[in-house]
Amino acid sequence: MKRLVPVSSRNYYANDNVVSIGTDQDRNSDTFQDNYNRMAVLVSQLKANIQRVQEGGGAKATQRHKSRGKLLARERVEALIDPSSPFLEFSQLAGKDLYGSDEVPAGGVITGIGRIMGNECVIVANDATVKGGSYYPITVKKHLRAQEIAEQNCLPCVYLVDSGGANLPHQAEIFPDREHFGRIFYNQANMSAKGISQIAVVLGSCTAGGAYVPAMADESIIVRKQGTIFLAGPPLVKAATGEEISAEELGGADLHCSKSGVTDHYAVDDLHALHLARRAVGNLNLVKKPDISVAPPEEPLYPADDIYGIVGDNVKKNYDIREVIARIVDASRFDEFKAKYGETLVTGFARIHGYPVGIIANNGVLFAESSMKGAHFVELCCQRHIPLIFLQNITGFMVGREAEAGGIAKHGAKLVTAVACAQVPKLTVLVGGSYGAGNYGMCGRAYSPRFLYMWPNSRISVMGGEQAAGVLAQISQEQRKREGKQWTAEEEKALKDPILKKYDVEGSPYYSSARLWDDGVIDPADTRKVLALSLSAALNAPIPSTKFGIFRM
Amino acid sequence: PNATKAAPKVTPLSKILIANRGEIACRVIRSAKRLGIQTVAVYSDADRNAMHVDMADSAIRLGPASSVESYLRQDKVLEAAFRTGAQAIHPGYGFLSENVEFAELCSKEGIIFIGPPASAIRDMGIKSTSKHIMSAAGVPVIHGYHGVDQTDERLRHEAEKIGFPLMIKAVRGGGGKGMRIALTPSEFETQLESAKREAQKSFGDQVMLLERYVERPRHVEVQVFGDKYDNYVYLFERDCSVQRRHQKIIEEAPGPGISSETRKQLGEAAVRAARAVGYVGAGTVEFIMDPQQNFFFMEMNTRLQVEHPVSEMITNTDLVEWQLRVASGEPLPLDQSQIHLNGHAFEARIYAEEPKNNFLPGAGPLLHLTTPKPSSDVRVETGVAQGDVVSVFYDPMIAKLVVWSSDRASALRKLRSCLSEYNIVGLNTNVDFLMQLSSHPKFIEGDVHTDFISQHHGDLFPNKPVTDSLVSQAVLASILNEVNVSSSQQGSTRDPYNPFASHPMARFNLNYQKNVKLTCQDNTYEVRVTSCGNGLYKLKVGQSEEIDVTAKLSESDNVISIELSANGEISKSRVVFLNGNVHLFTKDGSVAFSMEKPSFLTKLGHGSVQQGGAVAPMPGIIEKILVKDGEEVKVGQPLLVMIAMKMEYVIRAPESGVIEKVNYKVGDFVAKNAALVRFVSTDKK
Repeated sequence: MKRLVPVSSRNYYANDNVVSIGTDQDRNSDTFQDNYNRMAVLVSQLKANIQRVQEGGGAKATQRHKSRGKLLARERVEALIDPSSPFLEFSQLAGKDLYGSDEVPAGGVITGIGRIMGNECVIVANDATVKGGSYYPITVKKHLRAQEIAEQNCLPCVYLVDSGGANLPHQAEIFPDREHFGRIFYNQANMSAKGISQIAVVLGSCTAGGAYVPAMADESIIVRKQGTIFLAGPPLVKAATGEEISAEELGGADLHCSKSGVTDHYAVDDLHALHLARRAVGNLNLVKKPDISVAPPEEPLYPADDIYGIVGDNVKKNYDIREVIARIVDASRFDEFKAKYGETLVTGFARIHGYPVGIIANNGVLFAESSMKGAHFVELCCQRHIPLIFLQNITGFMVGREAEAGGIAKHGAKLVTAVACAQVPKLTVLVGGSYGAGNYGMCGRAYSPRFLYMWPNSRISVMGGEQAAGVLAQISQEQRKREGKQWTAEEEKALKDPILKKYDVEGSPYYSSARLWDDGVIDPADTRKVLALSLSAALNAPIPSTKFGIFRM
Repeated sequence: PNATKAAPKVTPLSKILIANRGEIACRVIRSAKRLGIQTVAVYSDADRNAMHVDMADSAIRLGPASSVESYLRQDKVLEAAFRTGAQAIHPGYGFLSENVEFAELCSKEGIIFIGPPASAIRDMGIKSTSKHIMSAAGVPVIHGYHGVDQTDERLRHEAEKIGFPLMIKAVRGGGGKGMRIALTPSEFETQLESAKREAQKSFGDQVMLLERYVERPRHVEVQVFGDKYDNYVYLFERDCSVQRRHQKIIEEAPGPGISSETRKQLGEAAVRAARAVGYVGAGTVEFIMDPQQNFFFMEMNTRLQVEHPVSEMITNTDLVEWQLRVASGEPLPLDQSQIHLNGHAFEARIYAEEPKNNFLPGAGPLLHLTTPKPSSDVRVETGVAQGDVVSVFYDPMIAKLVVWSSDRASALRKLRSCLSEYNIVGLNTNVDFLMQLSSHPKFIEGDVHTDFISQHHGDLFPNKPVTDSLVSQAVLASILNEVNVSSSQQGSTRDPYNPFASHPMARFNLNYQKNVKLTCQDNTYEVRVTSCGNGLYKLKVGQSEEIDVTAKLSESDNVISIELSANGEISKSRVVFLNGNVHLFTKDGSVAFSMEKPSFLTKLGHGSVQQGGAVAPMPGIIEKILVKDGEEVKVGQPLLVMIAMKMEYVIRAPESGVIEKVNYKVGDFVAKNAALVRFVSTDKK
């Protein structure tokens, strides 16, 4: 690994190099150790889960796939990206426990960002060992999300196609709607129109709708005696016209490269096809022009895994979010903005791997002041074209008579408006709880952050399970009261328990990630790295100026 | 020294021509430059961009590559001297250096030949004459009988005169046939009978010659120098016993184990020999020496020899400077009492050759070349640089590595260490063999003789297994090299610290894993590499247990090194990456690994890979073309004949098919593995 320049060695006048945050942790203290172990358990569970996901459709399917001389989806990705390039993989947990006994590891498609010939590209690779690479609803969603990432960040797309097409039993959830199968090709057309290159590599079947992936690509590559493209396969053809024809004759590489012109490049095997894809990307004539100032990266002053001991697994426990920031930003250097005002929201400037960022992090419940401060800070970053990082750990906006009278609703709205309208790249990490309107003010999924990641300890729901159960219990109790009936403790428990259980399950990051409410659950110790790579990817797109909506004064 | 006698004219030299190429031309130019003498190089077409042409002040083309048409063309060399106004010609060694006619021509044309008088060359060039002169001058010679009287009585009589042990050899013999040794007089008759019988059977002739037989002979030679004032000195002896194909490979000075008494006798005998022929300049008197340090004159080389630097190193002299001074008419710079033997020096000759294939000479490009750092104790005498080609037209010597130290043991250590820093990729060399040789216990003891290599053949060509550690080094070196390539591709200048370039192999929630297949010496190794971050890797070589390793690739002075740490053991090698292959250079020799290439490269038939046998087996010249474009050929049908290393090779059709195109014409030089024809197979696979 490349050694980074030690802190304060260069680029700073001596007196400018003093603003650092964070404190050394007593790594032997009981609290630290307890927290550390609890988070470590969550992380190892996460990795164990991903390990199973990595195995794709299982040993038998893998063997069958390889026996045909084909590479596995992950092997294809490795051969496609530059040797030793990072691969920022998305939503590894997609599809987890989504279809009962039908397991769809990684949603049947591997997506992520890797470097190809020095260019950051979005890669979408069907895993044919998972149900023949067919598209479940979650597969469609993951494919579309990858395209969205590509479109928002101007990243070329390489599709490694090996799919049986739509999963027919689920057709109602994948075919007709706006964000369904057809959107894939809509996206291809519109990205191509914007100059975002679309490259397809046909490594297996591309039947029916799937045929449009290579057909709509800017350039396409096909492997002989392996890749096939047709609108209808041999059985359908026979049924329709009685014509008997082999798959290879109907839509193989020879046909499409020399007769139909559906594909442009002829490959003899997977590696050759991926090599040709690399050449194709190399010919895109891309120059990344980040729209921001850069500085030499510096490592934080404190070890990343301190975060385990600081944060632990209990989202109710309090800690100073600055300790987390200190373990993410360059040289733990953080220029805090409005440090003494609205203290429950920490805002300030820093750099991550040399890229400038504005950080907005919760340090308690949002009050009117913290909301206005947040809105002010978002304005600053948009004015200056500085990407925003949201570290979400929020139970919500302050409630109660005083808060309402103080106009928390309109002040909160200012923050939500600012965040919604901000055109700079927004990156969100759920480091703790994400509840209610706090999720909106802190750039939840609905606010289109370029990337959104979750820590394994984080929770997400409209409100906490206890609060929800409490509210529901209270309503029931009042109803009983009106009816003049009794409300026993047992009854209350019988009502609350399932709600608590439901919130517990649905608030889990696994539940979220399985449904693609985020782009992945990450090891907190990887946060800096993930943010750096995500920022880098985001900076492939120019940063537009922001026009805000009305701020209610 | 005496400069009064007759006082020949002193002609200060201001411009000389070097009628040679390669390291010796460079060597001469270097000394001349130091003395302020201008230099003229000559070159053949093959040497247009050679180092000696670069170094010289001016250069003149002689002709085509072949030495007969270039470096051996006396008229052209002289013409070049006239054209450039050179006063003298330094012939180097080989080529025209011992050519009587050329020396005479020079003196006729009024050009100084930097070497002995033609008469001395002539006298020493004829074996029988030289022997008589030496014998007369009191230099010990090997006595023998070459007479026509072949009666048993006469032979017996001559044998007793010569002494035992005695060699009986058929005049027409060769390869040991018809040759017998009689250790004592009592064996003579039986051995003679047996030799005759064998000779009759093999050559149909039984004429015998008799010679004193030297057991376990050593090749010991003395560097002598004479001037035009009848002054002679010797610069002690060199031992050049260890030879392959009757050619020297490693030389040292002084000779190991030689007593000071013998040394003095050797030196004085050599001076007598030089004086006997009126020798002027640098010369070498070669002796054969038995284990009792009895020595006998073999021949005198009337030139500056390849191995002269070892003598320079132990006497702190520059013999080329001496040659130039003496040629200009100056007396010798030192007399015998001023010449002191100091320390010990070795010279190893680095050749393009294949030691494992009976030292078959080679040729080819020096794709990568690093040498040890020259210093006052380490000399790298060479005429080639990285990117040059060792040509088939000339001697395949790449360089001479010369080291000096205060004693033999430390000089030998230095030689070994310098050899490990002599890293060449692109062609086969004898560097590993030299390392093996210089580490042999008997060589370290100084127990050298001319049969050293055959006697210790097994030790010198050990079957060294490729260790897991070496395989791991190669794999990690190649991976870390990719990391370096990737981090050097930072992308645009606007994005100089791209994290995609500086987080090699970053994966999330899982580890980067790669299976690497590589081959070495026909063995294939499969290695699974897992990157655990922070420079830590897990490596599983074949069926061995997985180990944790850390590795570092560093570069200084253009030398890349891999450092691998496993189980607390740190191993280091130098490494060269070329065309996807990894060459490791360790302290014990070199290992080349070739990384698996994707099969599509061969499936697509890039280059000549599909050619099967229709490729050049070694570098050489096309001698004959037996087919025409478009001709249909049968499997095994001769297609071309090429000449390489004076051998003829017939290139045959690998399969039946059609010759689309013959890629070369007669006289073309072709590299090893060059596709000689474009071939379309008609065989059904």
